[in-house]
Amino acid sequence: MAELANLHLSEEEVGKFLHDLDDILVHMDRLNEIDTSGVEPMAQVLYDAEETATLREDVARASVSNRDALANAPFSGAGYFKVPEVVKR
Amino acid sequence: MEISTLTIDGVKQGLRARRFSATELAGEALRFARAENSKTNAYLTFCEERALSAAAAVDAKLARGEDPGPLGGVPVAVKDVILTRGVRTTCGSRLLENYVPPYDATAVVRLEQAGGVIVGKTNCDEFAMGSSNENSAFGPVRNPAAPDRVPGGSSGGSAAVVAQGTAVVSLGSDTGGSIRQPASFCGVVGVTPTYGRVSRYGLTAFASSLDHIGPFGRTVKDSATLLGVIAGRDEMDSTSAAAPVPAYDALLDGNVRGVKIGLPREYFKGLASETGDLIASGIETLKQLGCEIRDISLPSTDYAIACYYIICTAEASSNLARYDGVRYTFRSPSSPSLSAMYRNTRGEGFGAECKRRIMLGTYVLSAGYYDAYYLKAQKVRGLIAGDFINAFAEVDAIIAPVSPFPAFKIGEKINDPMEMYLSDIYTITGDLAGIPCMSVPCGKTAGGLPVGMQILANHFDEARMFRLAAAFEKETN
Repeated sequence: MAELANLHLSEEEVGKFLHDLDDILVHMDRLNEIDTSGVEPMAQVLYDAEETATLREDVARASVSNRDALANAPFSGAGYFKVPEVVKR
Repeated sequence: MEISTLTIDGVKQGLRARRFSATELAGEALRFARAENSKTNAYLTFCEERALSAAAAVDAKLARGEDPGPLGGVPVAVKDVILTRGVRTTCGSRLLENYVPPYDATAVVRLEQAGGVIVGKTNCDEFAMGSSNENSAFGPVRNPAAPDRVPGGSSGGSAAVVAQGTAVVSLGSDTGGSIRQPASFCGVVGVTPTYGRVSRYGLTAFASSLDHIGPFGRTVKDSATLLGVIAGRDEMDSTSAAAPVPAYDALLDGNVRGVKIGLPREYFKGLASETGDLIASGIETLKQLGCEIRDISLPSTDYAIACYYIICTAEASSNLARYDGVRYTFRSPSSPSLSAMYRNTRGEGFGAECKRRIMLGTYVLSAGYYDAYYLKAQKVRGLIAGDFINAFAEVDAIIAPVSPFPAFKIGEKINDPMEMYLSDIYTITGDLAGIPCMSVPCGKTAGGLPVGMQILANHFDEARMFRLAAAFEKETN
């Protein structure tokens, strides 16, 4: 799981999380007790609203500037984010 | 000026009578906040320059005879998961220790347009994940009512600064109880509005389908005023609601006669404690005010914890994927390759609770487990929301506890995450259903620890919730 989540964990953390996650998953397995046949999955809060409420005019407008977008980057240059070498030249 | 007990009306009157200027008030709030901070660790950053310039603008308006706005000159604190342009916003995380946002959250823009003066950014659990504020990379917040105890979480700092009086009101965020539970622990009012009532633009995403911004105040009216300022449609958040925003603070007439209140029996079984006794006497007060009390059932309650912790961790695992060492200030010094950069940045940057939730969320979304956990939890969420729809066909509001116990000792529960999760049982259901809910102070234990009572109402029925809370507050003060 840690690999899938791109998380480096220490040996100590692996032991602790194995124990914690076991505990939590045992509790989560209780969901099997409840009958949900015929129930629609709820991904988002639902209430009555106009359907067009989320649409706006399709016009271009100013966005965060390149300078602002890079301001928090640990490494940047020439207007780009810099990352470790991906492809050998 | 007695800043620690000021209300928004008190600020207005003081400014109008020229007992103090907005600049003097901001200066005093900053001085007091700095002095108190050694006791509570509630602020992570002070915004002196920004506060003084906002205050000067209010003074200039007053000098010209203009209305400085509904929050004119009011010292406000903002939880550090809510973005403030040019002011460091850490989310309580080592990873964002030096992050300076390029834009303001909509709630921040609106409260400043209304004349609010932001004095500082408040401590919180890392990325708003926690129920005790002990998951902050910058140390726990201490409860102003009892310094050896937690202020609750995750908006512990925002609750504590209002309780100690260094800000008149504050903004917090709530995903599973992170406003109501600290409000209860610190003895202040805390409001989680209807999902979509307040724009989430500029609120650092934890679990997008559950995240809310909401107000803290020392009075119901102050909380209602602040909500009125920040609420309403925002085109920067497509889930923000277009429903009109009533003048919440003008609707507190105190008349609650005939209001039908439901007590969900699942929330009261096994609540035999001082907390239970205080809630029971609160219910008695509502009865005396003329409310009709009846038993109701929310039958899916037992499954809420499992449902919530599957959905919120699933959403968190994808929302937190962006902290990869490329854009957000921190990159591990050990980044020889792209994949090592990802793994080491996240391994070194995130604290234990974030890692635990990212792992859980990754697990419940992974191939082979998606249907059994994530999809099943979404269906159970539908049942929980349906329970509330059924309940509100019968009653106008629901009364419940906020937390099974008052503020606990720092360190007492931090090593047992499952026990910590279970303590969220009374607050997560409101978030799952997306209904408005709030904590209003309802007394103290024999040991002097505050206890809050929860009021839940139907979607967009904040006005009725506030009216009930204001009548209760008036009767119990």
